[in-house]
Amino acid sequence: MAFSTSVLTMNLEAEAERICGEIRRVVGQVLKRRGVIVALSGGIDSSCVAALCTRALGKDRVFGLHMPERDSSSETLSLSTSISDTFGFESTVEILTPILDGLRCYERRDDAIREVFPDFDAKTWKSKIVLGGVGQGYNAYSVVVETPSGEIKRQRLPLKAYLQVVAATNFKQRTRKMLEYFHGDRLHYAVTGTPNRLEYDQGFFVKGGDGLADIKPIAHLYKTQVYAMAEHLGVPQDICNRAPTTDTYSLPQGQDEFYFSLPYPQMDACLWGKNHGVPAAEVAAALSLTTEQVEWVYKDIDQKRSTTRYLHLSPQLCQEVSEITH
Amino acid sequence: MVRVTAEEAQQAITAFIVENFLFGNAKEAPAPAASFLETGLVDSTGVLEIVSFLEGKYGISVGDDELTPQNLDSVANLAAFVVRKKGG
Repeated sequence: MAFSTSVLTMNLEAEAERICGEIRRVVGQVLKRRGVIVALSGGIDSSCVAALCTRALGKDRVFGLHMPERDSSSETLSLSTSISDTFGFESTVEILTPILDGLRCYERRDDAIREVFPDFDAKTWKSKIVLGGVGQGYNAYSVVVETPSGEIKRQRLPLKAYLQVVAATNFKQRTRKMLEYFHGDRLHYAVTGTPNRLEYDQGFFVKGGDGLADIKPIAHLYKTQVYAMAEHLGVPQDICNRAPTTDTYSLPQGQDEFYFSLPYPQMDACLWGKNHGVPAAEVAAALSLTTEQVEWVYKDIDQKRSTTRYLHLSPQLCQEVSEITH
Repeated sequence: MVRVTAEEAQQAITAFIVENFLFGNAKEAPAPAASFLETGLVDSTGVLEIVSFLEGKYGISVGDDELTPQNLDSVANLAAFVVRKKGG
């Protein structure tokens, strides 16, 4: 039978029940915590995790955090609040901007952007980082700026500047996680991580930031499946209909232009196809792509796995400590 | 323009890799034709580090469309690329 994207269809109710059983077992018996912290971004993944945790543990054992900062979209807070309102769990707002100012997050990032755009001024210009598209060889990142007059300019970032932009913006994810663990420690709750399978597999997370968690309930679900699960669990339509965004830079930035080489439905299909040994030509036919494009994506998946392997590694020891097992 | 031979470029690139990626362990130096992607010694960030090094050392500028495995995926490919860029 020809390959089709229907391979991602699943029995949502059965899978929701199975995940909820795992959440109860892991939080209670493995982690020995009394509930969970969920950082709510207003996106589909954290909303889906919040919905699953509420179903698994009850609304009184879920605590939500809304953590906008200067570059967050204006709709972030209302969307994330709609999740805590819909599912009825307690939550609080932690504004990150003063903390990030204290860390000189924005200043350090803007210094790096000025290496390629010397006139860049974050007060009047907007910026984002984008990735080269399918079939363009190695992944090289460019900075895109919008000047006060509305002109869009794009320039490849030298490695040092790119690394500094990423290092500075990673403060955002790490500051969020620090606050999640504050509330987790305070309430004796476990901290959730909300990556979907694409993000988890391809290393689209910050080590010690959104990658740090005690439990990651949807790391095995393809993004398409997360959307379906969220809808099944009653996540508001505004969130289910929203395109994935990083919500990290002042210009709107889709996840596919920052990290994934294709929009997520196509990336999901390629990743599933690669994982199940489906020839690139069959996946290409189902997605209206060329075989060469899918072959390139297959290679890119391997390359990202290799480049981001270190993100998944626990601290490496120089000699085993046999009394401590993971 | 000062020309560069493939041999000189290979030596410089190998020395850079040994110094920066292997912390001086020359025994693990890659064979000239060994693919970085296949051996996993140098990942895509590492390739960009090498590009930065070459741009500085040889005064060349590498365009987005030149960031391909054909140009960059082994010591030999890199050396040949440098020679071409230097008009060799």
